Amino acid sequence: LGRTGAMLRSPGDPGDDERFVFVASLDNARNLSNLLKAIHFRDQVTFFASANGIRMTAEAAKSVQGNAFIQASIFQEFRIEEDSVIFLINLTVLLDCLTIFSASSLPGVTTALRMCYRGYGYPLTLFLEESGVITVCKIQTQEPEETLDFDFCSTNVVNKIILQSESLRETFAELDMSSDVLQITMSPEKPYFRLSTFGDAGSTHCDYPKDSDMIEAFHCNQTQCNKYKISLLKPSTKALALSSKVSLRTDNRGFLSLQYMIRNEDGQICFVEYYCCPDEEMEGLDS
Amino acid sequence: MKFRAKVVDVACLNHFTRIVNTISKLTKSCILRLTSDKLFFILSDKVASGGVAMWCQLFQGNFFDEFQIEGVSAEYNEIYLELTPENFSRSLKTSQNAKAVKIKLTMKHCPCITIAVELPSLSSHTRIVTHDIPVTIIPRKLWNDFEEPSVPDFDVSIYLPVLKTMKSVVERMKNLSNHIVIEANQNGEMNLKIDTELVSVTTHFKELGNPPWVEDGTQSDSFQRRDPTNMAKARVDIKRLLQFLAGQQVNPSKAICNIVNKKVIHFVLLHEDVSLQYFIPALV
Repeated sequence: LGRTGAMLRSPGDPGDDERFVFVASLDNARNLSNLLKAIHFRDQVTFFASANGIRMTAEAAKSVQGNAFIQASIFQEFRIEEDSVIFLINLTVLLDCLTIFSASSLPGVTTALRMCYRGYGYPLTLFLEESGVITVCKIQTQEPEETLDFDFCSTNVVNKIILQSESLRETFAELDMSSDVLQITMSPEKPYFRLSTFGDAGSTHCDYPKDSDMIEAFHCNQTQCNKYKISLLKPSTKALALSSKVSLRTDNRGFLSLQYMIRNEDGQICFVEYYCCPDEEMEGLDS
Repeated sequence: MKFRAKVVDVACLNHFTRIVNTISKLTKSCILRLTSDKLFFILSDKVASGGVAMWCQLFQGNFFDEFQIEGVSAEYNEIYLELTPENFSRSLKTSQNAKAVKIKLTMKHCPCITIAVELPSLSSHTRIVTHDIPVTIIPRKLWNDFEEPSVPDFDVSIYLPVLKTMKSVVERMKNLSNHIVIEANQNGEMNLKIDTELVSVTTHFKELGNPPWVEDGTQSDSFQRRDPTNMAKARVDIKRLLQFLAGQQVNPSKAICNIVNKKVIHFVLLHEDVSLQYFIPALV
């Protein structure tokens, strides 16, 4: 079981483990906490676990949703006794607990984590260990709320671009925040891929040529021009900061899907996905 | 009343500066007591500080090359001053490369501690930066208010864990709760606990060791016959605890925590010949 198994057997009878419906262990808690920071724009998030792994979801204004996926194979131990486990939990509190030792960590030193859940109504229990010191956290869980279904499926994807996050980071960092919206133009013809803002100082346009080094894949079938509230997309910059690649997809309704490929400290790949509805006032050219 | 002192050694100066920095992080205002052989930084304004008390003492001989004092009288050859340690700390900031620092009790528009920092200069003239820190002279009749607190009848005495780890944990806990429980036993175990409606967090430190106090009647009767696994605890304001931990600039050679069950937490930090004691009262 490795380090997490040895250090963090839950106190009590050996039989205690049988009473947990969900147990997951990580040698390095940052492989979870760093990813969760990428969707930390709300306190309340939905925690969903199945045999595939964990998905945590944050939503705002019924218009934007961020999802962090950590597949079961990332964990050193992953056991779930039910088909699925789902609850609402405070992500701010969860992150404070996951990073309880982080202010004092020396480089190379990691916090080991074991998460346990006994089932409906029970708290999520975390065992964290660093340098022989153990912290136990019990975080209240709440009745899950329905999460939005953006009904975004690949068959309805009209335009798709995959690019290196590096180039998008600069653009997003310089976004004119006095603009209400970010306009995204994707087209098989010029300007191919354009990001525009309309702020107090005027409009700015950032164009990416179709054959740019930064673009890994360019599949645009129709010219689409959609506006999204900048305030809703701003939190996604955290995911952009962590990622090496990002894919932008729009469907026939102008809904936007942003998928971020993130490598954790052990080089394993995880995904964060954002969905966003277009700003209602503006109709896309082809919506 | 007269007081003048001079520091020439860079290492002594830096060490003294770090001590003053620590004091400035622990309290806005304190008493500086000067005797012929020691300096004391004292805080005992219980009401204003929420019951917290502090006592820091150092031997002047370990820091100063010159140290002359004429106290209030021949019999009481001491001076008590009230000052803002932040002012003291700020004026020492410029002294890192100083050739010498002179400290004097002066009378400007009010009584002051004057700090003259002699800085190296390319020309043959020395460059001196002077700071005047206003102080209040404490009259002799009030000196009894500032007596050294006695070591309390503690139930448990234990060495603290690595302060950096403790500080990290308490910093995070401060986001989650206003109060924290510190508990420890004579078996080298200490727990830090917070418990709110939303979350409970307990950090377990083990194998910390317990200082070997010589039985001299200062321990409570129960101390010697105590079951070593029995915890003594106190619930305190988490901000006060974090203030104490965050202020530490010098890695102590000994760091001890004494607990009087449900009454007070008493920290003792020793570094070379400087001792710092800090008392945090338990919340009811």
